[in-house]
Amino acid sequence: MEKYAVFVPKLVTKRENFAPGHRACIGCGEALAVRLACKPLGQRVIIVTATGCIEIISSQLPYTSWRVPWIHTLFENTAAVASGIESGLKILMKKGRIAQQEIKVVAMAGDGATSDIGLQALSGAMERGHDFLYICFDNEAYMNTGVQRSSATPFGASTTTSPAGRVSIGQVTWKKDMPAIAAAHDIPYVATACPSYPFDLMDKVAKGAATPGPAYVHILSPCPTGWRFAPDLTVRLGRLAVETGIFPLYEVENGTYRLNFDFPKLRPVTDYMKLQGRFRHLSEDVINKIQQRVNREYAKLREKVK
Amino acid sequence: MAKRIGIEVSLAIAEAAKLADVDVVAAYPITPQTHIVEHLAELVANGELDAAYIPVESEHSAMSACLGASAAGARTFTATAGQGLELMHEVLYVASSMQLPVVMAVANRALSAPLSVWGDHSDVMAVRDTGWIQLFVENGQEAVDNVLCAFRIGEDPRVLLPVMIHLDGFHLTHMIEPLLFPEQSQVDKFIPPYQHPMPLHPDRPVTMGAFAPPIIYFETKKAQEVNLEAAKEVILQCWDNFGKTFQRYYSPVECYRSEDARVLLLTMGSFSETAMTAIDKMRGEGREVGLLRLRLWRPFPFDEIRQAVGNAEVLIVLDRALSFGGPGGPVCSEVRSALYSEDKRPKVIGFVGGLGGRDITPAGFEEIVDRGIEISQKGSDQEFEIFGVRE
Repeated sequence: MEKYAVFVPKLVTKRENFAPGHRACIGCGEALAVRLACKPLGQRVIIVTATGCIEIISSQLPYTSWRVPWIHTLFENTAAVASGIESGLKILMKKGRIAQQEIKVVAMAGDGATSDIGLQALSGAMERGHDFLYICFDNEAYMNTGVQRSSATPFGASTTTSPAGRVSIGQVTWKKDMPAIAAAHDIPYVATACPSYPFDLMDKVAKGAATPGPAYVHILSPCPTGWRFAPDLTVRLGRLAVETGIFPLYEVENGTYRLNFDFPKLRPVTDYMKLQGRFRHLSEDVINKIQQRVNREYAKLREKVK
Repeated sequence: MAKRIGIEVSLAIAEAAKLADVDVVAAYPITPQTHIVEHLAELVANGELDAAYIPVESEHSAMSACLGASAAGARTFTATAGQGLELMHEVLYVASSMQLPVVMAVANRALSAPLSVWGDHSDVMAVRDTGWIQLFVENGQEAVDNVLCAFRIGEDPRVLLPVMIHLDGFHLTHMIEPLLFPEQSQVDKFIPPYQHPMPLHPDRPVTMGAFAPPIIYFETKKAQEVNLEAAKEVILQCWDNFGKTFQRYYSPVECYRSEDARVLLLTMGSFSETAMTAIDKMRGEGREVGLLRLRLWRPFPFDEIRQAVGNAEVLIVLDRALSFGGPGGPVCSEVRSALYSEDKRPKVIGFVGGLGGRDITPAGFEEIVDRGIEISQKGSDQEFEIFGVRE
């Protein structure tokens, strides 16, 4: 927050490298997050995007929403493509084929492309220490294909492949802790962010981009279509996810944890859940179970911050 | 003057990639290809090759990293085999469709299950339609020469396509042969620097890999087909130029003692050299047999095949892959279909043999020829013959 804390909006560039006119749903939290992320990244970047909502809404031939160099190839290989670009640029500069300069490689992918199908490629790229920033835009399911569950889908959420039914509460597994997996690779920078906290988000993306070596930023991106809420609630839901402790905003810099927003008392999870159709079916018992889990996880995070 | 050096063919391929001054190698170990990438790693570690070596965590990522490097404008090389090629499968289509001229040596290997690290062409046939230029080499010298040609062909601005060089796993990769290596200065002249027309760079932002709705997808595919077909001319020019420079000549279909032959055998890959021995023996006995060796697999050389077959009455095709439940081997199917519309055409008899490292000896090739002639005269109740399997 250092840079943006005072008089913030005036400091933010007006330039949109993720151009308006794309095909995202009304109220898309992910498109908002991408737009914000592109501001601090500036123009000296190459963006690699996985197959998914962002790719589909921004690149339909013969149009493009990208005012920076951009490549999409497949679903699960984003981090591998990024490592190829990064290594390619580095050696071409070393051999004097292209001018020596700072060009940041930034990978962007959804939660499925990150925590499910692309996890191996991401793990490999982080382990090899490529100088790149990986941003996961997490809308907690395979939204592009019609709201199927992923390993990032929260417990109790009803999706098209974890539907709530007479004998099921919907998703029966807990959300995979992707930032912790990234941090376990001992990379220099890991952070969580949310477009409801735009300056914090831009600050973290800027930090991640400036970090030499691998950096990972995990951005919760509320999805009106998949979570089933009114499209004017996107920003509010992001705030509630943070204020309930369901999605805390924190950083791990060289192994040191920092909680960016702490609350003396967390709001009850129902404040967040009751606004979303995907949780509508849940009984009080299940909600209590979720509340206990959130309390426990939040306490664990506070321990790490100490 | 070029020197002749005794060297394992795998290492020779790495040396050829070094002569081509590759910028990026992204590779994952798999038998029988490992010696190629091991040697490249060694060359980089010793400072003999100034390249980025990316030791990726899978073949899928190997080819993906190659896409990225090539899109950034780097000359890119990798090698794989069998299961590795299968794991790369979907990425291969992207390399050709996005016109990224990656060069890859494939140490042809059988596919699981049961696991077999030994050679055949099952892996090749599974990637037949991926849009890559694909050529087969039969010995170490051809491998070295064609790695150099592959860069020149693939990176030609008229082509911009990835190239696979197929060589038989073990039967060729692990042979030690006396090979000629051209001088660095000759290679530098032969392969101009790679210049992607629109590389990823902030100075000139491009969108690569946009998605295509039905209104435009098909047009991109037709353009790709036209481009691959047109690449044949560039391949021929490259081989011609290579021949004039280095005095070793290559063509899409190589003919061996095929003139006036009534019976022709057609093979692909290093088994061709064994087949030649058999042909020599049969010719010595006064039999009118000859050999065709298919070098250029994609784009398929239709005209050259028709011309090479000439007036032969019987054409016996040996495949080293099975199309389960299908018409036999893919090579036989394609050759047969290339000849079908000809007014005068030979009887085309298909054999499948040499799977999973099973050898075919010169005597075996004689047997194949004899049996092929017999089928051409008496017919058969089989669509194709399987050769060399214990009953």
